[in-house]
Amino acid sequence: MSAHVNGRPPRVGDAPAFRRALIGIVLSLVAIVIIAPLAIIGYQAFSQGLQVYAAAIAHPDTLHAIGLTVVTALIAVPINTAFGVAAAWAITKFDFWGRRFLLVVIEIPFSISPIVAGVAYLFVYGLQGLFGPALESADIKILFALPGIVLASMFVTAPFVARELIPLMQAQGRDLEEAATSLGASGWRTFFSVTLPNIRWALLYGVVLCNARVMGEFGAVSVVSGNIRGQTNTLPLHIELLYHDYQTAGAFAAASILALLAVVTLVAKVLLERQGAGRARRSPALAAPRAAPKTASAEVSS
Amino acid sequence: MKIRLDNVMKTFETFRAVHGVSLEIESGELVALLGPSGSGKTTILRMVAGLEYADAGHIYFGAEDATDIPVRDRSVGFVFQHYALFPHMTVAENIAFGMKVSKVRRDKAAIDTRVTELLRLVQLDGLGQRFPGQISGGQRQRVALARALAVDPKVLLLDEPFGALDANVRRDLRRWLREIHQELGITTLFVTHDQEEALDLADRVVILDKGRIVQQGTPEEVCRNPASAFVMNFLGDTNRFSAAVSGGVARLGDAKIPAPGFADGPVEIFLRPSDLGWSHAGEGIAATVARVIDRPAGRRILALTATGEAVELDVAPETVVSAQQKGVITIERARVYAAA
Repeated sequence: MSAHVNGRPPRVGDAPAFRRALIGIVLSLVAIVIIAPLAIIGYQAFSQGLQVYAAAIAHPDTLHAIGLTVVTALIAVPINTAFGVAAAWAITKFDFWGRRFLLVVIEIPFSISPIVAGVAYLFVYGLQGLFGPALESADIKILFALPGIVLASMFVTAPFVARELIPLMQAQGRDLEEAATSLGASGWRTFFSVTLPNIRWALLYGVVLCNARVMGEFGAVSVVSGNIRGQTNTLPLHIELLYHDYQTAGAFAAASILALLAVVTLVAKVLLERQGAGRARRSPALAAPRAAPKTASAEVSS
Repeated sequence: MKIRLDNVMKTFETFRAVHGVSLEIESGELVALLGPSGSGKTTILRMVAGLEYADAGHIYFGAEDATDIPVRDRSVGFVFQHYALFPHMTVAENIAFGMKVSKVRRDKAAIDTRVTELLRLVQLDGLGQRFPGQISGGQRQRVALARALAVDPKVLLLDEPFGALDANVRRDLRRWLREIHQELGITTLFVTHDQEEALDLADRVVILDKGRIVQQGTPEEVCRNPASAFVMNFLGDTNRFSAAVSGGVARLGDAKIPAPGFADGPVEIFLRPSDLGWSHAGEGIAATVARVIDRPAGRRILALTATGEAVELDVAPETVVSAQQKGVITIERARVYAAA
């Protein structure tokens, strides 16, 4: 029976030995590469008891790092969301010169190492940089302060929202907006009553991913923040600092907060994917999130 | 509302989609823009709607120059090929949308009354609470029409209105749209590539090719008197022959076809399958039957002439004929055009 599952000849890769080996390799890799480190974080964070954990979290520097991370996210995520929606709208609903170019440029932060972005910001806003002297004379501090951290985070996460929206909005086409306008709706009205409801899940999905990345960003931020404890340290930077200070329990306690954020993001992602976000594969006419079960709509539309 | 297009042009990047088209649509008329894909018919419709702007020329709604009026203020009802219903709104909300966003304030009760009225008009009473994903293609088409009519447009524009539907639904909807037009008397312009649809539905048919109007007239005019070989070909199945005119008469086999007004020289002769007959002997083109196709309304013979040209002809269902039979194709009607 082994070679002929349900009496049919085996398909490609159906041989039991091959199947078991493949599943085995994947499972052990997942265990070693993903599960084990996460488990260690949880274990190490609480290794010296709940009190040490609580004390590590309650340390002013840690609290400050958490606060700074949240503030950065509160600024960077809304700006990048607005940017992502604007970019996706422009690329999918208008024809203009440089459209394809813009599409490629938006993706650059994905393919570039974040540290490059950090160094680039140094050269632009640093004392020896392009705008350095001008900024200094105007007494504006960008590097080694919140603005630099926000800018670096924004650079790294610029594509997240746009990338979720563009395929979906491309698939939806311009018909709905044209229909709304021909019925007399203004641009804003069209956006809020027609476009937004049809992209809301994908938008939320992009925002969740963007937020997770902003809060977790290390490379770019570490270059521009200056790593000043209790002042310009975000949570990921703070974890590194604690670790280098041999405060293992503290480092893991702080890390457990980021890990928790990852779990929340994951759950949100799964829930949003159930609503159809993250895959823009449905026909625009049937894209109703509240539509009837597939079978019913297939019946009547035949 | 009378619509007039005056020498309208449109170019997309390097492609000239519409070359100087002038057209008049009388108030209350139902006009079809008919042409193959790429003939510019949809572009013309979208320019009338204001969804595209003309590069040159003018579009008048009545006496008013509407060329630069944006689509939002043009008060046209546009029905999209794929309906473009808002998937997150119910049928009733879709129909009410135009009234809700209108600059003319209406209270909720008035909107509800009008929605009920329109649902009745398009024969969808009771389906107001369904979502577009829960109704059939034909029903969606009717919702799209109701939504377009809700804002009391001056002009109704339909882009391939029945293109996405199957044949039976299409025929029913065609009759039904004709009735609605009769009832409302709204000036209507629709685009189609289906000649049967255009001839069946329109008061007047405008035939386009490569961005130009090649003929316009009533269905009778364009069918009985196609202006060019293109129109003849596009409106239905034809057989094309090259022949020579001598003394005002063209010869095909031993059949004589009058060609008054043509100088001696080469011409093209177009014959519809129904213009031909099949006989055992007589004046005509000698041919051999290659295949017989049976259809509800008659039999179609595919025959090969002595020179190897394929000819299609329609004969009465009772005709006894089979493959390999030899005979003569008789010609009842023919159209002669100057050789291309």
